[in-house]
Amino acid sequence: MSARPAPLWLTAGVVPLVNVAVAFLAAGLVIALIGENPLEALQIMLRGALGSQYGLGYTLYYTTSFIFTGLAVAVAFHAGHFNIGGEGQALMGGLGAALVALSLPFLPWPILLPLCVLGAALAGAAWVLIPAYLQAYRGSHIVITTIMFNFLAATLLVYLLVGPMKMAGSMAPETAKFVPGATLPLMNQMAAWFGLTLTRTPLNLSFVFAILAAITVWVLIWRTRLGYAIRTVGANPDAAVYAGISPARITVIALLISGGLAGLMATNEILGVQGRLINEFTAGAGFVGIAVALMGRGHPFGIVLAALLFGVLYQGGAELAFDKPKITREMIIVIQGFVILFAGALEMMFADRIAALYQRFAGQPVSA
Amino acid sequence: MIPPAIQMTGIDKRFGAVHANRAVDLTVTKGTVHGLIGENGAGKSTLMSILYGFYAADAGSIAINGKPSLIRTSADAIHSGIGMVHQHFMLVETFTVVENVMLGAEGGMFTARGAAAVRSKLLELSQAYGMDVDPDAVVSDLAVGELQRVEILKALVKGADILILDEPTAVLTPTEVDNLFVLLRRLASEGKTVIIVTHKLKEIMAVTDRVSVMRRGEMVGTVETAGTSPADLAELMVGRRVVLTVEKGPARPGEVVLAVEDLCVRDARGTLRLDHVSLSVKAGEIVGIAGVSGNGQSELLEAIAGIRKPSSGRVSLKGEALDCGGTDDPRTLRAKGLRHVPEDRHRMGLVKPFAAAESAMLGCSDEERFGKGLFLDRDLVMADCAAKMAAFDVRPADPGLRTALFSGGNQQKIVLAREIERDPQLLLIGQPTRGVDIGAIEFIHKRIIALRDAGKAILLVSTELDEVLALSDRVLVMCGGKITGERLPDQTNEQDMGLLMAGVTSEQPKEAA
Repeated sequence: MSARPAPLWLTAGVVPLVNVAVAFLAAGLVIALIGENPLEALQIMLRGALGSQYGLGYTLYYTTSFIFTGLAVAVAFHAGHFNIGGEGQALMGGLGAALVALSLPFLPWPILLPLCVLGAALAGAAWVLIPAYLQAYRGSHIVITTIMFNFLAATLLVYLLVGPMKMAGSMAPETAKFVPGATLPLMNQMAAWFGLTLTRTPLNLSFVFAILAAITVWVLIWRTRLGYAIRTVGANPDAAVYAGISPARITVIALLISGGLAGLMATNEILGVQGRLINEFTAGAGFVGIAVALMGRGHPFGIVLAALLFGVLYQGGAELAFDKPKITREMIIVIQGFVILFAGALEMMFADRIAALYQRFAGQPVSA
Repeated sequence: MIPPAIQMTGIDKRFGAVHANRAVDLTVTKGTVHGLIGENGAGKSTLMSILYGFYAADAGSIAINGKPSLIRTSADAIHSGIGMVHQHFMLVETFTVVENVMLGAEGGMFTARGAAAVRSKLLELSQAYGMDVDPDAVVSDLAVGELQRVEILKALVKGADILILDEPTAVLTPTEVDNLFVLLRRLASEGKTVIIVTHKLKEIMAVTDRVSVMRRGEMVGTVETAGTSPADLAELMVGRRVVLTVEKGPARPGEVVLAVEDLCVRDARGTLRLDHVSLSVKAGEIVGIAGVSGNGQSELLEAIAGIRKPSSGRVSLKGEALDCGGTDDPRTLRAKGLRHVPEDRHRMGLVKPFAAAESAMLGCSDEERFGKGLFLDRDLVMADCAAKMAAFDVRPADPGLRTALFSGGNQQKIVLAREIERDPQLLLIGQPTRGVDIGAIEFIHKRIIALRDAGKAILLVSTELDEVLALSDRVLVMCGGKITGERLPDQTNEQDMGLLMAGVTSEQPKEAA
């Protein structure tokens, strides 16, 4: 007695687009209220984010971080868990990468660099191990524990950066510069190897890692036995027990993968841009990842698109704040807030109505 | 002439693309018990929900006692004298009977006056209809049959002249069913009107005056119960001739496949749910477990299947001792030839958001035939499911369709296909035909018999007594976590079974009662 389901292009294409459009409409209203022209603002934003090599480079640089944190949230979500500790796991990813880079500087780069990347992933995974264990075997809620671990990670990093790991003689809470063999090449450097000239932006090799990670996550979730087990646990833990899949074990595994992906976010900022470990380098990317994963509906392809949207919002927003003094950075956060509200929290607000419209005009009647 | 108690005319209701009710007419005479039957999805629940104000009809009209009535909410329905007793009781467990009946009629800020009024009304009604209920008993202490009486009283206290009962016998023992029917007949003879919605043909025959049959959203007929037979009703429901009896030859039992000795299971609170159960199942025989649901059958199946760890006792499969729930989890047990069709396919047997093909490999996803190494090969998974669907006549035969979109019968066929086709030594089946349409029941029963004839051991749990008696070669009855008796299906009757199901054993009737 169920109605024919709405097709994918509708639920995964039209619905998010409508959500984003409504978010922009609401944001436009606010911009109009403070006396600016919303259309002009939109134009500045899009031009700033996508209209030049410079803008595009920054947009994709932001996108890279959001892909990692978005994938992290999505993998946990497929196992039925809400990992909101991406922020802390990413910070620890940075620590892991820095520890490798600073302790093994004598290694040649083909060995050192992969080790640094691995260090980021492992440290991110390690940071979720305790919350994952507590969730799986003790029933402590992962949301609570990962929030607490975000604070722990932030304080631990501050302690290390003003103490044991601080560069001698520096006033800033940061480590010494890594050796060049422990940093990722920027995109414009790589383009130069092929004789191309690109504007210098923070966009670096980790963007390629992010895309590879998205493909890997897709394969993992939909084409492997482990992914099947993860989805079964997420969709119906009782059925998993019946099938002989241990929900506790799968919970721990999925969360470790999730933490590892969040940790990889540090490859962008620490190995790609900073070349040293600094404080608060995640800049909220861990939380944006939640919105990205929701909006991308847990699918890697959707996550890449949603991450791009947030990249545009970040870069275009910065340009907008620069061009229009009346529109402050806080205003930009309001706009991002609307996108998160309509595309994330209220994701399903229009979905039913759009589906009903579809049923009305295109649906084949199904016998009861 | 007295106008009919209920006259629904031209009721039409769509849910999106689903046409749940198509121009349905229903007339119910005052002072009668009226049956409403139909398969799952035939539209009976929708029709009753419209009558009770849960849904508004797209078209059509309702007249109560000849008066056109606009029923938009359940408050309207109650006001028009309609009361509903739901399949799942809507009672607050920690409240007393009076407090439950009082809900919605508290009568002001302080409850003392309302409570007194409800209490006197309650006593008056229970005397008038011979319903024995203690007004001060806490609901959680009452037996299921009593809970149902409280629900009926709740409706009557609110002034119901028309009672709708949705699948009222699902959780009752045969004796409780008999008591309910006596009560319903008495209510009707006192001028109340009763509508009973069910899928059990035998009960329709036993208690109703007239019966209306629905199929695919349409009313296909209303007949006098006295002038019809279960076979005729089944044909009306399904639209073709159905074999209601199970045809099977005598069993040829072989060696013992499953042996259970002194098995005990405690729940999380430490309450004994399975109390020293011993049984055995031989190759080529079906052992049925009868009993009212919730008397340890689920725990028995889950313990043997490795889902729940027993607190004590021994289980062996073909002579090999098993450590169920320990080293023998459902996965390893499957490898040893123990297969399990769970009682509740929605909760355990399937993953509803998954494609049918993915549900069809639940529990087997590690097998080599679905892919190499860590990977699953989508083509192999789809092909395997397509083969199962062909063998078990699953419709639509689309492995990519979401599991939730199949009908109950087709979902059950997917589970059955998955568990049967790997050549099990022992098959545990819980509720093989719950929520399954009549046409599919016939098919599923045949498959189970065929499996037995192929020399497999089958342990069957069903709360449908008729099903247990029809399928089993031996029947064990469970009550309160214990086995209260063993019978051969052709050497027992409903009264005998009913007593065993209520825990009255022939050996020690006094003590158990």
